[in-house]
Amino acid sequence: MTPDDTDLAILRLVARDAGLSAAEIGRAVGLTQPAAWRRLKRLREAGVIAGRRVVVDPAALGFTVTVFLGIRLAAKGRLDLDAFERAAVAIPEVQVVQHVLGRFDYRLRVVARDIADFERILRRRVMTLPGVGQVEANVMLSEERRPGPLG
Amino acid sequence: MQDATDRRILRHLLADPDAPAETLAERAGVTASTLARRLARLRETGAIRATEARIDWRALGFEVEVSLRFTLDKTDPRAFGAFLAAARGVPEVTEIQSFLGSVDFRLSVIARDMAHWQQVYRESILTLPHVADSDALMLVSTIKDSGALPL
Repeated sequence: MTPDDTDLAILRLVARDAGLSAAEIGRAVGLTQPAAWRRLKRLREAGVIAGRRVVVDPAALGFTVTVFLGIRLAAKGRLDLDAFERAAVAIPEVQVVQHVLGRFDYRLRVVARDIADFERILRRRVMTLPGVGQVEANVMLSEERRPGPLG
Repeated sequence: MQDATDRRILRHLLADPDAPAETLAERAGVTASTLARRLARLRETGAIRATEARIDWRALGFEVEVSLRFTLDKTDPRAFGAFLAAARGVPEVTEIQSFLGSVDFRLSVIARDMAHWQQVYRESILTLPHVADSDALMLVSTIKDSGALPL
């Protein structure tokens, strides 16, 4: 769909707070409550608002380490990719698995309680994934999500 | 600090953030009022930072997503700040992470198509300051993208 300026203003609001009511959104963008509700419904039905994301402070929940991994597979047949993907998504500490083109075949995002915990996950879970070749790890220091092209 | 009930609520909430409150209460084995009270406290203590709407950029016509990794020239002490400020000014950037290791920054960048990507790359990415080295991973598919934590 092609959103107009009012849709973009609504998206900017809900991208920060998905809990806003249609009345609150309407007040912020100059629409009545029913008009805001209809627009929200349309944005959901078009799949633009795809759902919710709960943002937590992982350190406050005991996960002080986030690591991004770049992985190259040793062999790259269709069956190799399937086997790797099935095993990678099953690791509870792995939050993101993406198939990419470039220096690596896959990007993974891994959470761990501390560096020792990460070493355990890397050795026991990641290095034993089927077909895994070269692995590069980068420990995340900070992260921010940007509004993107909503403006 | 959280107790076993908090962790159970968080585990179910993060695994399925779109579930209605009554479903979440049932899964976590608590009453609706306990759930509301616990969630309010998790928000107050900062363990839950926000609940955001997930925007599907593809539904808005952004078909291309690239993960760009940068190594900066660290001889200039202002390199990190200058790079970060410039990256924040690029509307197509949706995520910024900084790292400890060979990679200093990673950006998620979206574009409508390859022609648009080429334009963003030339005008906004190649002009980012203090870059010593960079590489690009083009997203093929996302197999897993979850905020779940192994609580």
